[in-house]
Amino acid sequence: MKQFAARLFDPLVDGLADIGRTGWFLLGLLAALPRGLTYPRELLRQLWFVGAKSLIIIMISGLFVGMVLSLQLYYTLSIFGGTSALGTVIALSLYRELGPVVTALLFAGRAGTAITAEVGLMRATDQLSAMEMMAVDPLAFVASPRFLAGVIAMPLLVAVFNLMGIFGGHLIGVTWLGIDNGTFWSNMTSNVSVWTDVINGEWKALAFGALISLIAVYQGYTAPPTSEGVANATTRTVVTSSIAILALDFVMTAFLM
Amino acid sequence: MNPRRSYAAGTGLFILLGFAALAYLATQTTSLVNFNSGPSYDVTAEFTSVGGLKDRAPVKMAGVRIGTVKSITLDQKSLDAKVTLAIADRYNQIPADSYAKIMTSGLLGDQFISLSPGGSPDNLKNGSVIANTQSALQLEDLIGKFLTSGGSKSASGSSK
Repeated sequence: MKQFAARLFDPLVDGLADIGRTGWFLLGLLAALPRGLTYPRELLRQLWFVGAKSLIIIMISGLFVGMVLSLQLYYTLSIFGGTSALGTVIALSLYRELGPVVTALLFAGRAGTAITAEVGLMRATDQLSAMEMMAVDPLAFVASPRFLAGVIAMPLLVAVFNLMGIFGGHLIGVTWLGIDNGTFWSNMTSNVSVWTDVINGEWKALAFGALISLIAVYQGYTAPPTSEGVANATTRTVVTSSIAILALDFVMTAFLM
Repeated sequence: MNPRRSYAAGTGLFILLGFAALAYLATQTTSLVNFNSGPSYDVTAEFTSVGGLKDRAPVKMAGVRIGTVKSITLDQKSLDAKVTLAIADRYNQIPADSYAKIMTSGLLGDQFISLSPGGSPDNLKNGSVIANTQSALQLEDLIGKFLTSGGSKSASGSSK
């Protein structure tokens, strides 16, 4: 019975402990951030890696999400005779929900995993210890630029994703399904607002960017120095960030409504 | 090309592209498009009820957008809704006795103010008051009228 209880509760306690350790790590990371800013070249390199190199996947995904959204919503709206609202519905679902969430999930898969693997291998090959020996704080030199790059890159990627989504939705809705171009835009522009819709989504993007980079750097930082350890840490980055994104999305939506 | 420069250029391009996309979304796909920042003059009109009229709703004449609703306040004396309309300066030939009506675009669409031209030789100018107004049509009132009129008909029928 005792063993059964232990088997039941151990993973739970482990999970809690992991959250707690991530929190402590975040405190250390935030304390190291000002010193991290003294390595602007490293920040630039990370921005290039997590931001600029994610552009292609974000643009293509945005285009397809917008196109499929247009098709599906046209079908649903035509039941109620409201296809003139297509532009509005596409823009609102993209800005408020799909843009930040889909971009964040792609970002976790494309950039989060790479960060975990890179930092994990640095740990495994003792590069982090070597830095400490040279009086370079790895939190400032390795963790901070990666964290900051994620926070800066996500809102920009979300804006690009949304733009491509609108473009894809317009392509299908107006060019293919034959909705009037003027109706599409005027309906959108009269019902979408900057602060409650566009900026709302950008707040989410900022929070998701911080969350993903924190999880990715933490997992790499604490990965056991074996090939299996790094592999597991990379998997955990994707699983944990995906769940965390969706959960935080619900909470943020409830607050930002 | 020096690899550091290509990083820098690529990253710069990415940041510029991101901000350009954000600026486009914020200014071209939202209600900011309808925000008329050109020169305009203010005209007020009092309505018994504005219904669901909102700030920045369009003001139209013959279906053409000529201005926006600037503010909606309650007049403490008459207890009517006082609506200030900002009409674009280039539309300065509107007769002073024009008729303002709150209309709904479509069955469930947004409400806007429609101006119907009057016959006065004077034109509306800054500070003018539109005297002839018609309040928003309330769907609930209509249903109420329909129900009571239907009821009275059946009552008169039974008394015969």
